[in-house]
Amino acid sequence: MAESTNGEPRIGVYVCDCGTNIAGKVDVPAVVEFAGSLPHVAVAREYKYMCSDPGQEIIQKDIKEMGIDRVVVAACSPTMHEPTFRKAVQSAGLNQFLFQMANIREHDSWVTEDPVEATEKAKHIIDAAVHRVVFQEPLEAIEVPMNSDVLVVGGGIAGIEAALKMADAGHTVHLVERDPSIGGHMAQFDKTFPTLDCSACILTPKMSAVGKHPNIKLHTYSEVTEVDGYVGNFKVKVNKKARYVDIDKCTGCMLCTEQCVVAKVPNEFNESLDNRRAAYIPFPQAVPLRATIDPERCLQLTRGKCKQTCVEACGPGAIDFEQKDELVELEVGAIIITTGYQTFDNERIARYGYGQLPDVISSLEFERISNASGPTGGEIVCKNGEKPRSVAILHCVGSRDENYNEYCSRVCCMYSLKFSHLIKEHLPETEVYQCYIDMRCFGKGYEEFYKRLMNEGVVFIRGRAAEVTAASKRQAETEGKLLVTVEDTLLGVVRHLPVDMVILSSALQAQPDAKEVAQLFGFGCSSAGFYIERHPKLEPVSTVTDGIFIAGCCQGPKDIPDTVAQAGAAAAGALALVDNRTVKIEPTISYIDPEKCSGCHICVGLCPHNAIVYDAELDAAQVIEAACKGCGVCVSACGSNVPVQRGFTDEQIFAEIEGALA
Amino acid sequence: MSAHEFEPRIVGFLCRWCSYNGADLAGTSRMKYPPNLIPIKTNCSGRVDPTHVMKAFAEGADGVLISGCHPGDCHYINGNWRTAGRYPMMKKLLEQLNIDPRRLRLEWVSAAEGDKWARVVTEFIEEVRELGPLGWKDQVADEYEQQEAVSA
Ligand SMILES: Cc1cc2nc3c(=O)[nH]c(=O)nc-3n(C[C@H](O)[C@H](O)[C@H](O)COP(=O)(O)OP(=O)(O)OC[C@H]3O[C@@H](n4cnc5c(N)ncnc54)[C@H](O)[C@@H]3O)c2cc1C
Repeated sequence: MAESTNGEPRIGVYVCDCGTNIAGKVDVPAVVEFAGSLPHVAVAREYKYMCSDPGQEIIQKDIKEMGIDRVVVAACSPTMHEPTFRKAVQSAGLNQFLFQMANIREHDSWVTEDPVEATEKAKHIIDAAVHRVVFQEPLEAIEVPMNSDVLVVGGGIAGIEAALKMADAGHTVHLVERDPSIGGHMAQFDKTFPTLDCSACILTPKMSAVGKHPNIKLHTYSEVTEVDGYVGNFKVKVNKKARYVDIDKCTGCMLCTEQCVVAKVPNEFNESLDNRRAAYIPFPQAVPLRATIDPERCLQLTRGKCKQTCVEACGPGAIDFEQKDELVELEVGAIIITTGYQTFDNERIARYGYGQLPDVISSLEFERISNASGPTGGEIVCKNGEKPRSVAILHCVGSRDENYNEYCSRVCCMYSLKFSHLIKEHLPETEVYQCYIDMRCFGKGYEEFYKRLMNEGVVFIRGRAAEVTAASKRQAETEGKLLVTVEDTLLGVVRHLPVDMVILSSALQAQPDAKEVAQLFGFGCSSAGFYIERHPKLEPVSTVTDGIFIAGCCQGPKDIPDTVAQAGAAAAGALALVDNRTVKIEPTISYIDPEKCSGCHICVGLCPHNAIVYDAELDAAQVIEAACKGCGVCVSACGSNVPVQRGFTDEQIFAEIEGALA
Repeated sequence: MSAHEFEPRIVGFLCRWCSYNGADLAGTSRMKYPPNLIPIKTNCSGRVDPTHVMKAFAEGADGVLISGCHPGDCHYINGNWRTAGRYPMMKKLLEQLNIDPRRLRLEWVSAAEGDKWARVVTEFIEEVRELGPLGWKDQVADEYEQQEAVSA
């Protein structure tokens, strides 16, 4: 085995039981005994929870009293607790880079079936770490200036809340929203459960506060296209799509809309229940209250020929068909992602008849028809304009179903109750049936709301609906009705409910482009597409990328109270960073010895971050420390092995390989 | 030793941003896969040098897996393209050394693909098991001894 270059090291190995998470599978005492027998290991110990204070104190005591000068902790993933242990060794006076973590939980005890095999694997993993740590060298974190501006991506209630919090704290906030207006889903609702506050009344003031805030730079109809850099110094490119309206001249008077000749564009805001024009403002409370010309529908933009009545109507001359997409470059210290959700595509469950039977509607469609500013002026009516005398609400459409989404969407039980209440309020004589699997009314005031609805005469049927069909024309009493077939599992009978309207309580799903957005910003998403938090309990709004946070439904389905709470937490997390003048970054970057470099230029062209320059005076390549991100490409590319990646030297990696295979 | 009893030893180089987190996700999701692969973390798969691969074989590995972010997702913009470019070259090198190139595998596993990680590891272990032991460590040691003998 290669010998240490730093004299005789004294290694301490600390093996964590993690309760039973590790010790339930791995024979920890055997692993400790093995570790103790490895070269240079002065002490090996077991403890129930190494990450706890007493656990950390064991390590610190050994450093101080036994002269331990290198530490290996065999426990969970370094993503979880590497910072914890680095801090612990540093505060005991040992450089934090003389520490190495051996992951025997995520990579071993949790994935290995057989205890004997798991124990053997743990030994190999620890052996690799012990071999490696011998060659580790003290390093100092590099301090770079912190940009105090922040970026928020997604202008739903989560993004609005986070942006306001940080702007109020005095930071410049860039809020990027891809639609022409901020507001997100909440802007579409009439009432919000369980208190039934009017959604517009609580959201509109926040939206206009965003629009007016001196510290908020609003980029609507825009998307982030490129992200580079690292915590404290992100460089972001935003594509501002051409809206063909000069936003500084437009007053939001809507005369262009009135004059626009293209009248049959499905109105997304009203879930396509009615139409809008090609020149439009999505809804009356839009922020910014500015027109947009739909490039896919405008005659001038699609065919190059139109009477241009909008141009004539526009007093301030705001319409500009020559406008181009604009690329804006932003520099920010931290980023919060709040891109929200989409609802389940109901047509995927053909037996519910969505898209075939006109009065089978989605939950968002119901939100719009029950809304006073919606397409029916708040009248709850069927497609033929008549008031429904009976309505069935089918729960868990696309949720809690292995064929679609295994998870519970968390808000559907509650919004279904809200719908029942709104129907009973508008149409007291109308029968309302709820076909549910379980009622999940978990939040504050939710169970009480459920009780209240039971007293409002709503019929609750426990059972997932089997199908929705058009009733046979031959039976006079049900003619023209929809038949909902459902097994009432409490009574043990199959029922056929004749109703006028069926509302599908559709699942909340990740945005269709969630994966691409996660990739763009460099963190993970679950197979369902929801963004993965750094820790499900203790770091619910951080991601694996330092300086990037998540909040709201992009992290998982949730209600507005939880969304707002997360947005506040993400804002606090970002503020805790950008309130500092500097940020420490990992010093695991490359170094090129000018004496050894022949100046061949190979690495210069390969460096992904243009962090290597050729210094003519030295006739050698040189690394720009602040630009190097530590990928190590130059190290493996150099024919003469000159670049060294600190913390990932060849010596260290070779030693790790030796240990893994010892 | 019959092929059935042979337990291959495999070293995996995992990039820190995608594959290491993907492997973590397999863990947090409690997916099960065989224990033959010992993971080694690098910042980027682009850091994996041909000498690391050769070192692993020389130390007794029967197979080497390199795993990084999907093309286009690299935390270092295009570090993984360098890996992809180097991979055929490394395979050629193995051929020249009479090592079956299937003993080296490159896979893209993202942080969201815990299931893929478990599948890739399982499949690769099975493939290497079929190829049988490499025994390069002993061979290298023998040759070294012979050389010593010749030069002595
Ligand atoms: C029918 C229904 C009724 C509901 N009723 C209630 C209720 O009464 N009470 C309650 O508490 N909760 C209710 N909810 C849940 C509520 O909708 C959510 O909790 C809340 O809207 C989540 O807010 P958000 O900001 O995370 O997401 P969203 O509201 O989805 O906002 C996300 C925003 O990000 C934008 N965006 C997305 N991708 C990008 C991108 N790549 N770049 C830029 N911008 C992007 C979107 O355009 C959107 O503006 C209901 C849900 C449904 C489906």
